[in-house]
Amino acid sequence: MGLAISFWLLAAAAVGSALAVVLLRNVFRAALLLISCFFAIAGLFVTLGADFLAMVQVLVYVGAIAVLLLLAIMLTREAATGSPFSRWRIGGAIASVALLAAMIAVFRATPWKVADQSVVLKPTTAELGARLLTPESGFVLPFEIASVLLLAAVLGAIVLVKEK
Amino acid sequence: MDWLRWIIFVVIILAFALSFVMAFILLERRIVGKFQLRPGPNRVGPMGMLQPVADAVKILLKEDITPAKGDRWVHRLAPIVAFAPALLVFAVVPFQGKGPGLGFSLDQPAALADLNVGVLYIVAVSSISVIGMIMAGWASNNKYSLLGAMRAIAQMVSYEVPLVLSIVGIVIASGSLSLNSIVEAQSIPFILLQPLGFLIYFLGATAEINRAPFDLLEAESEIVASYHTEYSGMRFAMFFLGEYAYALGVSAIVSVLFLGGYKFPFGLLPQSFIWFLAKIFLVFFLMLWVRSTLPRVRIDQMMAFAWKFLLPLSLVNLLLVAAEGVSTIGFGWAAVGINVILAIAFVVIWANRFYRVKGVTVG
Amino acid sequence: MVGLQHYIILSAVLFCIGLYGALAKRNAVIILMSIEIMLNAANVALVAFSRYVTPQLLTGQIFAVFVMTVAAAEVAVGLAIIIALYRQKEKVDVGEVDLMKW
Repeated sequence: MGLAISFWLLAAAAVGSALAVVLLRNVFRAALLLISCFFAIAGLFVTLGADFLAMVQVLVYVGAIAVLLLLAIMLTREAATGSPFSRWRIGGAIASVALLAAMIAVFRATPWKVADQSVVLKPTTAELGARLLTPESGFVLPFEIASVLLLAAVLGAIVLVKEK
Repeated sequence: MDWLRWIIFVVIILAFALSFVMAFILLERRIVGKFQLRPGPNRVGPMGMLQPVADAVKILLKEDITPAKGDRWVHRLAPIVAFAPALLVFAVVPFQGKGPGLGFSLDQPAALADLNVGVLYIVAVSSISVIGMIMAGWASNNKYSLLGAMRAIAQMVSYEVPLVLSIVGIVIASGSLSLNSIVEAQSIPFILLQPLGFLIYFLGATAEINRAPFDLLEAESEIVASYHTEYSGMRFAMFFLGEYAYALGVSAIVSVLFLGGYKFPFGLLPQSFIWFLAKIFLVFFLMLWVRSTLPRVRIDQMMAFAWKFLLPLSLVNLLLVAAEGVSTIGFGWAAVGINVILAIAFVVIWANRFYRVKGVTVG
Repeated sequence: MVGLQHYIILSAVLFCIGLYGALAKRNAVIILMSIEIMLNAANVALVAFSRYVTPQLLTGQIFAVFVMTVAAAEVAVGLAIIIALYRQKEKVDVGEVDLMKW
């Protein structure tokens, strides 16, 4: 019961702030509401028993990505002129709603193979670490590729903004 | 009875945090006074003990001003966003462990929630406060506020990296992310086992909470009062109390991670929350000592210190701890000897190299 | 009772909001934010599948970790591009970036 209530509250918060991000004219406030959307999603991870991911969500999205976005907003000084719509204002809305309707129809029609829900959820941190870094689970190579990707992104960002 | 336990702990944490913040404000002024050979505030109440109360009353009576062209709602919300994480940190801090202690014994650790991702929780929560600073700087519609906020971002983002890397060493040595398990793992306090990690964490945390010598957010001569320039009354008080609450939080976390929390060193006396509180005061005194001894650094020096000094050292520390973990040395007294010697050597060598690059003094 | 379908429909709703933002906005920073919402929506779906379909294996959560890694890299590079763009044009309007158009 508590889980259901928290799901609906967090879902409402996430959808509401996501809508506000898209619809608000003030870019700075949009970024702040994006942060509240990230928090709501971290809460949803908690309701799904993903404790480690919820913390990483706050750490990465709120602590790093949101701060970078706010920094970019400060540097580009476009908050006052706001975030205008492009020509796709109506077309985009139609396309998005159509896609949403199609997805919901498919999700409702699909017979999902839901596993036995009586299992006791354990803390996920140790399990995630073991599965990411033991050769048997097959995630070691993706893990290393992700590290290379991060390095490349850091170097790319430096090269792009470095003043000549 | 879970909810009863939660209510009791919320009350305990609030009382603990607020009374300690008051005590810290008074102690800071008195102790810094002593360092500077002057008495400090000593008029209100016995030995000036009521000075924080007088300050609070004064500040609450002042007018609460919002800049005319600022973003009103963001301006009002900012102090709350900056202050709340300071209290949230204490949710996972264990005050006393399970089992018999001094005076009474407990059937479970005395913490609001002994999360199994406690360390991650602390790192995540403390990264929120920077958002409050950005909000304050932006919503004030004042260039000094904005510049202060930009400095805050640069400072917090840079010091977060060595800070987290130094905590990873602790996590490797104790094999857990839960703060209570970390305390229980410290038969030898981690300050002895990882002196380099302690140094990096302490300096990084001092910078993260904007205390001297890294308090250039509040460098009056350069940027007025940074992001609190446009704040007054109650909202200014929230920023001000928030800073001390963060100092309290950092003291508590250093006590838990490095000084053995509620344990008496080497288990000579039974565990008790009294040792934990004593360690908090010890760490806070260390901060005051640093503050009264060192001059403020410049912004470029500060960034260089994070990226060129602390970051390489924290990587070295991590490598060292990991190597000891997988080798036969383990985390015993042999490792203590090796690590203390290596820590001194690394700090001396790297500080020399850091100070003199190409014969000129750099930051 | 909240089940798998609730979570994936929520994920679809968030994804479509993000899609609309990415299609219908001109400010590059807002477009980047919308893409972040879409990635988060994907994460919600992945974690929900992990919880309801493979609760023992945690495969969905591992995928979500990789999505977060990619999102962090994407934001770093994306914001660098936006800053470079702003230096060139004094604007972050994606409609103005038409050098490669024919």
